[in-house]
Amino acid sequence: MDKKAKAIISDPMVDNNPITKQILGICSALAITVKMEQAVVMSLALAFVLVCSNVIISLLRKGIPGKIRIIVQLTVIASLVILIDEILKAYLYDISKQLSVFVGLIITNCIIMGRAEAFAMQNNYKDAMYDGLGNAIGYGSVLIIVATFRELLGSGTLFNYAVMPASIYLENGGWYVNNGLMLLAPGAFIILGLIIWVQRTYTHYIEN
Amino acid sequence: MELLEHYLSLATKAIFIENILLSYFLGMCSFLAISKKIEASIGLGFAVIFVNGITVPLNYLIKEFFLNEGALSWVGVPSLAMVDLSFLSFITFIATIAAMVQLVEMLLDKFSPALYNSLGIFLPLIAVNCSILGASLFMSERGYDFGESAVFGVSSGAGFALAIISMAAIRFKLKYSNIPDGLKGLGITMILTGLLSMAYLAFSGINL
Repeated sequence: MDKKAKAIISDPMVDNNPITKQILGICSALAITVKMEQAVVMSLALAFVLVCSNVIISLLRKGIPGKIRIIVQLTVIASLVILIDEILKAYLYDISKQLSVFVGLIITNCIIMGRAEAFAMQNNYKDAMYDGLGNAIGYGSVLIIVATFRELLGSGTLFNYAVMPASIYLENGGWYVNNGLMLLAPGAFIILGLIIWVQRTYTHYIEN
Repeated sequence: MELLEHYLSLATKAIFIENILLSYFLGMCSFLAISKKIEASIGLGFAVIFVNGITVPLNYLIKEFFLNEGALSWVGVPSLAMVDLSFLSFITFIATIAAMVQLVEMLLDKFSPALYNSLGIFLPLIAVNCSILGASLFMSERGYDFGESAVFGVSSGAGFALAIISMAAIRFKLKYSNIPDGLKGLGITMILTGLLSMAYLAFSGINL
């Protein structure tokens, strides 16, 4: 792998992270981060769709007429999402039930359209693949960080294994109580806001 | 009268209790990007109400007469009567939405060029606004009938409009406040959205 490819992959991980910097794909980052398990499955599903759609759109880019490119891109993405939805229903039925409409909403996840439009339409398929991979990792890592906080603080577990010792809970005579707010929508917004703060302080990025 | 009450309670639920943006996180991308300006927020809010009000019942009809198992029996061909096309729902829903958005865009361009210009790039992006596809997917998952899906479409759009307009107002005031550098822009907006969504949680006690 040469230097350029490495740069394409590593740039969206921290400096140009799709969620905290490009502001793409926030909906699903918030909705399915109550449990780690869902966040990991979602990240993998999105990685598959993003890499495949970037490669396919980059291969097709010379044949797509400019005026109907959005429809063509959406068709490619929607077909890939149908594929991943059927796979999840067949092999991971419980998780696919929990993810409910959010698998379908990968179609309208701005990361995929955004990368197709901004990168895959101008670059060859190899670079497009690396770009897809890098963005998927950047997206997945934010998702997993948010999910770690929400599951740990909200239900005291990680991947459904109890992390907090049972004896410290209030009902067992201890002092600790799970923070129920973390499981609800406001918890997700606030955690993500704080993560953005940390990331932007680290990369010295200031928005006007 | 009973029907009217049912529709009213559905609308209240979709606007306040289960606000599509503040409790399901749908449509976050355009929410964050557009809420910088009040006029554009109002425009986008009404565009979403309009597009949602059309696409949700339209998608209901498509689902009922083409996609569901046995839906094609009205054609009269016996071999078609048991065909189940529901796996195609993602791609047909998004195609309907993209076509409708194109139509709205042309109408606005003709009748209200000022609004068309102020919405700019974000009108075509409504096609990939999660809240539009999300409303159609919720309609299909919860099994609404025609009347319910029309009410749900309009009121979930109204919920989105309410959230984005109030956020735009808050951000307008925010211009004059002193915020830490890393938190400027996206970070503080996420935290404010968290607080707004906490306020909306208060509605969840309402029993209809």
